[in-house]
Amino acid sequence: MNAVLAIDSLRFAWPGEDRPVLDIDAFSVAAGEKVFLHGPSGSGKSTLLAAVGALVVPQSGRIELCGSDLSTLSRGGRDRFRADHLGVIFQQFNLLPWLDVTANVTLPCRFSRVRARRAGNAEAAARQLLSAMDLEESLWQRRADTLSVGQQQRVAAARALIGQPELVLADEPTSALDADRRDRFLDLLFERVEVAGSALLFVSHDLALGARFDRVVELPEINRAGVAA
Amino acid sequence: MTLLRLAWRSLLNRRSTVLLTVFTIGLSIALLVMVEQLRTDVRQGFYRSVSGTDLIVGARTAPVQLLLNTVFGIGTPGNSISHESLEHIEAQRMVEWTIPLLIGDSHRGERVIGTTGAFFEHYRYADRQPLELAAGETFTDLFDVVIGHQVARRFGYSVGDEIHLAHGGGNVSLHEHEEHPFTVRGVLEPTGTPVDRNLYIPMNAYGVIHVGWESGVHRPGSGLDADEAREHAHEHEPEEISAVLVGLTAPAAVFGLQRSLNDYEAEPLTAVMPGITLQQLWRLTGVAELVLRAVAILVVITGLLGMVTVLLTTLNERRREMAILRANGARAWQIAALLVFEAGLIVLGGLVLGIAMALGAIIALGPWLLDVFGLAVGVTAPEPWQWAVLGGIFLVGLLVALVPAIMAYRRTLADGMQVRL
Repeated sequence: MNAVLAIDSLRFAWPGEDRPVLDIDAFSVAAGEKVFLHGPSGSGKSTLLAAVGALVVPQSGRIELCGSDLSTLSRGGRDRFRADHLGVIFQQFNLLPWLDVTANVTLPCRFSRVRARRAGNAEAAARQLLSAMDLEESLWQRRADTLSVGQQQRVAAARALIGQPELVLADEPTSALDADRRDRFLDLLFERVEVAGSALLFVSHDLALGARFDRVVELPEINRAGVAA
Repeated sequence: MTLLRLAWRSLLNRRSTVLLTVFTIGLSIALLVMVEQLRTDVRQGFYRSVSGTDLIVGARTAPVQLLLNTVFGIGTPGNSISHESLEHIEAQRMVEWTIPLLIGDSHRGERVIGTTGAFFEHYRYADRQPLELAAGETFTDLFDVVIGHQVARRFGYSVGDEIHLAHGGGNVSLHEHEEHPFTVRGVLEPTGTPVDRNLYIPMNAYGVIHVGWESGVHRPGSGLDADEAREHAHEHEPEEISAVLVGLTAPAAVFGLQRSLNDYEAEPLTAVMPGITLQQLWRLTGVAELVLRAVAILVVITGLLGMVTVLLTTLNERRREMAILRANGARAWQIAALLVFEAGLIVLGGLVLGIAMALGAIIALGPWLLDVFGLAVGVTAPEPWQWAVLGGIFLVGLLVALVPAIMAYRRTLADGMQVRL
């Protein structure tokens, strides 16, 4: 089996609410696959990412990440699992403002031995990723919050990729970028994802981006819980 | 350690608030350390002054009063005892030496004490150190005065200077013994005890200069001229003395002698053991010390609460930070630990700063305290229990930091990876 992510009969409702946010029969992402997950706001995108990231535990169903059933793991086990196998890019404000750029990129290696081992020399790996993401060397020692939004997103991408996680989760990472920089960002991200051999689950409401991915999935189609009224 | 480095970088990012917090805690620690240090120094200072004395004997009075008055010049002098009583004490078996003291006159506010050469020979201070002369010699003439280190320093006196003594105590001397100037014969080395602030004259001179003063003021035309006095000095051996310091050949004899002197029938006497009397004094001052300590502890608690307040208020603005850390693999307990580490660094900074400030203040104020209060303060290494208190404060700091830490822990679990602003 080569699915990095396999979801089976997943149901999830936030505590205190009856109506489920997620009700997904089946969804999977193959190793190295780049999947575009499209959905309007409120369609449960963020919740799905939280479930995949093992930050919330579904009431029923299975989420298999890299062959492990997340529901069988303890809380600490899930945390370790996330640290080892997932890279994450948010919409914006991805970086710890008080760390320099390089330290931000090496952050996952501080929390995961697996990622640190794969990265080898974390500093060197960070430098390599940063230059691959087209960030000049003069920026590497700067405080993260002195960078432009576009630069920060590329630093975040470098961080998500350090130590070659099996799956990169990207939550609207381009929404704060203009069209030019968005395309450039995607080019660089794809390139590095391929080099790292990571699968990419990219969530966005901007369907125009979808054409560049291996597969486009409409979240409302697989999520029976439907759009919030 | 990764988390500690992260905590450090995070603190650097908020250095102004953090420095203020460290300073607040530092001040509170400084207060605590100073209170403790001064308390110890004051006690040691008192013990320093009576280190070689086995008994102090005076007229019937409260032991603490006798001790404070004779050795430290605190309070008004009490009654006197007769010369016969002194002889009685000297005649006791086991008595090695006696130092008679006459108290009452002053010079520019400092005490003038009449005594004998035995004082310079037998008096001991601190670790049973004898008195040393910095300049000159002890009594050679009836109208000699040997002065303490601070008296010489403050008034600029040196050997050979002539000074006048005042009748009675106090700063403003209305009645001076003008007819009998005294010559500074010796200056004592500093001792860090009240000796530094005293002037010592021969006991017989005390008697001589008071001839004609029987009514309390000088009767014009009365008194002796100097040569006459020198000739008849032994006749003017004072009939009454204020107190006697007694040294014994065997310390074990002190209890028996104390009891027998307290029961002495010819005259009501009080004999006190300085060490035990100081213990009584500490029991009296203990309440005040307790209050001081309690205040210092409360201030420390205030400082720690201030730190928690700062950590709690930053918690909201750091919600995003926590989510970022969590998304990048930090476990919830690690985020809680981050806050505890931050608190630990702040408290540690406060402890170091506080101890430094306290020691700095003690070093800076030392000369002034010695000058004004005759209090010898010094920087001494904290005792084990004091280290324990400081360590305890550190632990309490970590403990109170658990409040924001637990809040952060719960919040990160609830927030998950969603970064909401």
